[in-house]
Amino acid sequence: MARPWRRTAARPAEDVTARPRTALELIHVGHAYGERTVLRDVSLVLAEHRVGVIGGNGSGKSTFARLLNGLVLPTAGRVLVDGLDTAEDLRAVRRRVGFVFQDPDAQIVHPTVAEDVAFGLQNQRVPAAERAARVAEVLARYGLDGHADHPAHLLSGGQKQLLAIAGVLVMRPARVVFDEPTTLLDLANRRRVARVVEELEQDAVVVTHDLDLLAGFDRVLVFEDGRVAADGSPAETVAWYVRRMT
Amino acid sequence: MSVLALYAPGPSVLHRTPAGVKLAALAGLSVLLFAVPELPVAAGAFAVVVLLALAGARLRPRQVVAQLRPVWLWLAGLLVFHLIVTDLATGALAVLRLAALVLAAAVVTATSKVAELVAVIEWLCAPLRLVGVRPGRVGLAIAMTLRFIPLVAERAERIREAQAARGATRPMFLLLVPLLVQVLQLAHTTAEALDARGADDEAPPRALWRRA
Repeated sequence: MARPWRRTAARPAEDVTARPRTALELIHVGHAYGERTVLRDVSLVLAEHRVGVIGGNGSGKSTFARLLNGLVLPTAGRVLVDGLDTAEDLRAVRRRVGFVFQDPDAQIVHPTVAEDVAFGLQNQRVPAAERAARVAEVLARYGLDGHADHPAHLLSGGQKQLLAIAGVLVMRPARVVFDEPTTLLDLANRRRVARVVEELEQDAVVVTHDLDLLAGFDRVLVFEDGRVAADGSPAETVAWYVRRMT
Repeated sequence: MSVLALYAPGPSVLHRTPAGVKLAALAGLSVLLFAVPELPVAAGAFAVVVLLALAGARLRPRQVVAQLRPVWLWLAGLLVFHLIVTDLATGALAVLRLAALVLAAAVVTATSKVAELVAVIEWLCAPLRLVGVRPGRVGLAIAMTLRFIPLVAERAERIREAQAARGATRPMFLLLVPLLVQVLQLAHTTAEALDARGADDEAPPRALWRRA
């Protein structure tokens, strides 16, 4: 294993989508913030293309999402991404699992649109020419090519969310975790983001309160009090959840 | 208008000039104007900068005026101060000198992308690797500062409006605590986003003294 302090020479970006995708595995996972336990003994194998996660506020679903790319490490059990343990292979896990946050303003770190999309590629040491091509391609795909040099703070809410998604997808992760990606958006932009999720080649895990977004998903988990209370097809689980919440 | 909104994309000669050259010229102009405190020099420098803005950077006259708008009150105050304390020539020298520098800096900003300016700063910081500083991190910090200034201002405005809607009479004072809370929450999520986007992929350089 490379020593963490050793500087490494620039290396070509690795296309992690080329690696075999197997599954996300949670083995008796628990998590607590100090005295407050938010996840209890969750064991799951997620191998489906699109998985939805719903649940009430404070049910543990956002912590669950953060466990999947190592933003949060379990205080009990193990989380494996294609066999890689998030506690041991954090960088490799993060290269495989992209994360889109609820508030795009917190995720956009560079002043202008193209610079922000390029940020993740710079971190991956992607050569400048390839970086420029990939940024241009992803901006065009999400209709942001006319805004490449625009200040990010002048974009609309929907455009900011698309920029946040573009900034993740340009890194070509094998999977993408979305944490309530449509919460701050109007109807038209919710539909745009839903279309983006629908058209993704990558596997996606989507935490949401927007039940319409889950139509066509392969599997939906319902979290309640830090546990998976229901697990099945969208039709079954959403109906169960709605009955439970009303 | 925010600092970031000053970048005006275009095909001009100054847009194509490397940011390092423009920053070096700006530094040279600053030294010249303060080393040679002569009215003709300051007036000539101001005229050249205006010419560069219009012809070199292809900025519209309205844009040039907009660059000076944020400081015109301050410049007017400076002129009045000199009229009272010294004389018109000294006041004109001070005003022209500062106006030339402000406009020159604005021309550099208007014709250089933030990424190019940050790259120059990272290059200048490269020797600091010897003491364990990561120039990339310095550049990222500057870029993030520029990114978050308008965002924090926007959040402050939202809090001010919310407080005003509920009848707050001194919103400027009252907004500090909620703004601080929001900024800390934002900082926490942004730190997570930096991790998620691979910002810690670069191993820190070892300082020479540590290697020893």
